[in-house]
Amino acid sequence: MTPVATPFFFYMLSGLAIIGGLLVITRRNAVHSALALILTLLAVAGLYLMLYAPFVAGVQIIVYAGGIMVLFLFVIMLVSLERTVKERQFNRIWPVGLLASCALLALLLGVYAKGKTLFEGRPAPPLTESSNTQQIGLMLYGNYMFAFEVASLLLLVAILGAVIMAKKRI
Amino acid sequence: MADIGTLHYLVVAAALFVLGVIGVLTRRNVVIVLMSIELILNAVNLNLVAFSRMWGNLHGQVFSIFIVVDAAAEAAVGLGILIAFFRNKETINVDEIDLLKW
Repeated sequence: MTPVATPFFFYMLSGLAIIGGLLVITRRNAVHSALALILTLLAVAGLYLMLYAPFVAGVQIIVYAGGIMVLFLFVIMLVSLERTVKERQFNRIWPVGLLASCALLALLLGVYAKGKTLFEGRPAPPLTESSNTQQIGLMLYGNYMFAFEVASLLLLVAILGAVIMAKKRI
Repeated sequence: MADIGTLHYLVVAAALFVLGVIGVLTRRNVVIVLMSIELILNAVNLNLVAFSRMWGNLHGQVFSIFIVVDAAAEAAVGLGILIAFFRNKETINVDEIDLLKW
């Protein structure tokens, strides 16, 4: 399928993602931040679709927007909000943090500007989009078998850790 | 202009990454700090998928799935620690978590 109006969708989705990110780090109420983060996640899922990665886009929506964000919202409701909303939102050394982050952004953009030809010289070969999920499944159970098993162990440990942390009396 | 290449995606991912770093470095609310870490992980995922498109293979996409697994584990453990901390100290501000600070 040939893509239509690629620049328009790219700029719209990336603009939505960056606006959502800005809202996440500036809102006073944590629930508003969570909703802005969901906006960012959905926009990034759209960017994955534009990069011919439908399986990763689906995982992004199901696991992130569906699973992790629900976890966040539950925890926001468990810890009391009234006090933190009234308090100072940024710590005392926020100008230093802002400066360091701007320096990091300048560094990244400088590196990209210097190495521009590395990313442009190669014509991007099209990936098969119809069998994307199948190919990823074959790789997960083939090349990445060991990493897949380790990831399942990691999830088990994380579940145990979360349950033990949240227990009232260990 | 009309052609969206790998570099465009890298710049968007860099912007998201830096937004996440700003959130981690400046916010006091632990929940929002954890959300900023999710922003950072999303930026990394976007980079991986963009490179996977550039090279024409799927290794980057498989790796981004592993990063989603890590993000889920990290969020579960981090929020569990947050609930345990809130039960003991009745606060979720980062700069009041200083029991180990001398």
